[in-house]
Parts: sequence; C-alpha cells; structure tokens
Amino acid sequence: MPSEPPSEPMIVFDRVEKRFGDNVVLSDLSFAVAPGEHVTLIGPSGSGKTTILRLLMCLEPVTEGTIRVGGRYLTHMERRGRLVRADEKHSREVRKGIGMVFQQFNLFPNMTVRGNLTEAPTRVLGLSKHEADARAEELLEMIGLADRIDEHPSRLSGGQQQRVAIARALAMRPAVLLLDEVTSALDPELVAGVLNLLRRIGETTDITILCVTHEMGFARGFSDRVMMFDRGRVLEEAPPEKLFTHPENPRTQEFLEAVLERP
Amino acid sequence: MVAAAGGIALTIVLAAVAGLALLSRRRAVRAVSRVYVEVFRGTSEVVQLFWIFFVLPALVGYQIIPLGAGILVLGLNHGAYGAEIVRGAVQAVPRAQYEGSLALSLSPYDRMTRVILPQALVEMLPPFNNLFIQLLKSTALLSLVVVDEVVRQGQLLVPNLGVGETLTIYLVELVIFLLLGLGITAVMRLLERRAAARLGRTPVTRARVGEPA
Ligand SMILES: Nc1ncnc2c1ncn2[C@@H]1O[C@H](COP(=O)(O)OP(=O)(O)OP(=O)(O)O)[C@@H](O)[C@H]1O
Ligand SMILES: [Mg+2]
Repeated sequence: MPSEPPSEPMIVFDRVEKRFGDNVVLSDLSFAVAPGEHVTLIGPSGSGKTTILRLLMCLEPVTEGTIRVGGRYLTHMERRGRLVRADEKHSREVRKGIGMVFQQFNLFPNMTVRGNLTEAPTRVLGLSKHEADARAEELLEMIGLADRIDEHPSRLSGGQQQRVAIARALAMRPAVLLLDEVTSALDPELVAGVLNLLRRIGETTDITILCVTHEMGFARGFSDRVMMFDRGRVLEEAPPEKLFTHPENPRTQEFLEAVLERP
Repeated sequence: MVAAAGGIALTIVLAAVAGLALLSRRRAVRAVSRVYVEVFRGTSEVVQLFWIFFVLPALVGYQIIPLGAGILVLGLNHGAYGAEIVRGAVQAVPRAQYEGSLALSLSPYDRMTRVILPQALVEMLPPFNNLFIQLLKSTALLSLVVVDEVVRQGQLLVPNLGVGETLTIYLVELVIFLLLGLGITAVMRLLERRAAARLGRTPVTRARVGEPA
C-alpha cells in the first residue's frame, strides 16, 4: 500500500460530533484515510463504529464538524464563499463515489441478481443496458455466480447473497467501500467465501476500504491500519501487527482478549 | 356493473394519489390528504350520496347524471380507505431497502418507483381485494338515486309479482353479487401470484397458520 503519505486524503473527519438527542455517540472525532488504504474499525458494541459508516453514507446527519470525501465536502457545500449544510442533491453527487455493504445484504427482492447489479449503473451513472450487463456479468464471473444471474436473490444462500451485494456495490466503481460486519449474519461455513472475496478485492483494486469486523484474523491480514474505538473516541490506532500483539491501551488489551476468546 | 367498474378505477387512482400524499415530506400535502381520508372514511356513504346527488346540484346549479354521482361517491369513499392501505404497505417495506437504495445513490423518485413500490404492491393486493368487494356491495346503495344496478332492477320487478317469484328475484340478486365478488377475487389472486413471483416468492414458500416452524 502507499508508502509515502499522499497529499490529499480520501476521507477526512474533522472534529465530527454525532448526537442522538442527549446521547453523544461520537465526539470531536478527527481522522483521515489515505487513498487505497484499508482501515479496520474495532471496538465494543455501541462504540459508534456503525454510526461512522452511516455518516459517510449520509444515512444520518452530523451534529457538528465536517466530513470530506475525495477532496469534496460531503456534509456541507460551498455557497457564496460560505459553508452551508449539503442538500440531498449535493450529498448524492459526492456519495456516488462511496459504496456500502450491509450486515443483512439489503438486496432488492423485486429484482433478479442482474437487476440488482444493473439498476444503479444504468439509472445513476447513465450506462447503457448493454454496458451495465457486461459489467454485471464480469463481476458475477469474479464472485463465481455467473450462472445465477437471472435468479432472484431469495434463491441464493446467505453467503452468495452477500457476495452479490458486494458485487452490486462494486458495479458503481466506487472510490470508497464501506463494510459493516458483512459476515456477522452468515453461517460459519459461509464466512470464508466472503472474506476471500474481500481479500481479492483488496489485492486487485485500489479502492479505499473502511471496514467494521469482529473477524480479527481477517483484519490482521487485510488492514493497513486498525483503529480501536471506545465511546465514540479513537483509543488507539496502529498497524495490525502492532495493535494485535502489543496494544498500548489496557482497554484495547481487554477488548482483544474478550474477542479472541470467543468460540 | 358499470358503477362498480368505474368506482374501482376511481378508487385505485385516488388511493394511489392520496396514499402517497400521506407519505409526503411536505406537511401541507400530508394535511390535505389526511383531511380527505378522514372526511370520506368518517361519514356515511348514503349521506355522501345525497350530498352529491341532491345538495351539490342545488348549490352549483348543475345536475350530475346519477351514474356519475354514483361512481364519484363510490370512488371517493373507497379511495379514502385505499389510501390507508397504500400508506401502510409502503411503510411496511423494511427500512433496510430504503437504505440499500440510498447507498446506491438512486434518486428519491427511483427509490420509490423501482424499489419500494414494487415491494409494497404485493402487500396491497389482498386488502384491496376486500375493498373492491365492499365497493361492489355498496352499489346497492345507488338504487336510492335510481341508478339501474342489480337491486334497483329487482325492485322494479317486485310490485307485479307473487311471493315466490319475489323470493326468486332476491335470490338471483344474491347470486349475482356473489358471482361478481368471486370474479373480483379471482382477478386479484392472479395479480397477487404474479406480483409474488416477481419477488421470487412462490405460494409454497409463504407461511401458513399452524405450520411447524
Ligand atoms: N438511530 C439511532 N437513534 C438513537 N440512537 C442511536 C441510533 N443509532 C445508533 N444509536 C446509538 O449510537 C450508539 C452507537 O451505535 P453504533 O451502532 O454506531 O455502535 P457499533 O459500534 O456499531 O456497535 P455494534 O458493534 O453493536 O454494531 C449506541 O449507543 C446506539 O444506541
Ligand atoms: Mg454496528
């Protein structure tokens, strides 16, 4: 991955705060992710990992601070030299470069696998049906499901559905990919297939990946950097070799022991 | 028959428009639709019919033809119920579907027409089946304003007949309503099966009461 720090980071959180009513979930959070970097977020339940991804997807508004993606404001836009809150159109434009894969796949049941993969490329990116089809076939080839293209998602196993969901996100050719516990809803024997696919994407593309996972073994090989969260703050961040073997913060130690003990 | 068909057509249009308006982001649009739904759901069909057929002409000086008035009342009334069916079905589509379509940057219009509504449609069909059968039975009301529907045609015959024949006529009316109702159900079932198939569901995979989990 990039050896020298590039001039413009892909993702920048600048003093972000997120509150739900009185519940402060993220406070004064600042961090940056370089293009092509793979960052894994770990931390106890409720520490705000999902919230970070949802802010990036504009599924929630920030309460303070700004987020920039690819050098452009996501949460805000410039109007007559002043920064104002982004409207739906502006966020949608910036968000086109971001893909997200959910724990529960969220495939569209009213479309076939082909429909799921071609809908957004044709409607949002303006690809012709032919181009979108070619792109879908190529991606399905990669995930080993080319023969299931005209089936409904409900006919596929959980692991297959999740691979289709990943392909659906890739069909938009995103610069940034957000993965929220994409294997937690899967039966154990299906996890490996999905993780292998992610490794392959990590190796063969230059997509910037922000990933929340409890699969520590995977995180170790996959990430350039691991960030440990607790109560909406970064407790500690380091390359995985360091963070997993010599964590500095006692809470990180506790958390890792608890996670690694799990069956 | 014509009254029922016209009423169903108007019901579908009004239910779709008012139902989506109930979900609008704009408060004013929601309020207007809410008033329509509550007024037409909350007052008697007979009273609505009298207003449209007798009072309205007195106010605006223009007499609607009886059949037109009948269709209008049936449509307005059942459209109000239908609006709630549409709203309920759209809201029953899991939020995850909305988030999934947002994550792909689909426009609000595409999110609704390509993802949410096709899924909501399947859930709407059974309650709409109910509604249409109720509408069919309500056509009996139109005999009050001399529309030639089934009951009225029966009434015209009755005075000249004996008891046995009168009974026969009432029986025939019953059977006609039943057959028309079954016809509606058959059409709706067909639509339901086709819509379910589009979602990749087959009737077999759907839950039944009393089935072991
Ligand atoms: N829509 C919401 N409304 C109110 N509170 C919310 C909402 N979404 C999240 N929260 C709160 O924000 C906090 C952080 O939640 P978040 O889902 O980001 O945690 P997480 O780190 O992803 O946890 P997990 O490992 O369990 O997925 C929690 O306390 C949660 O209750
Ligand atoms: Mg989470």
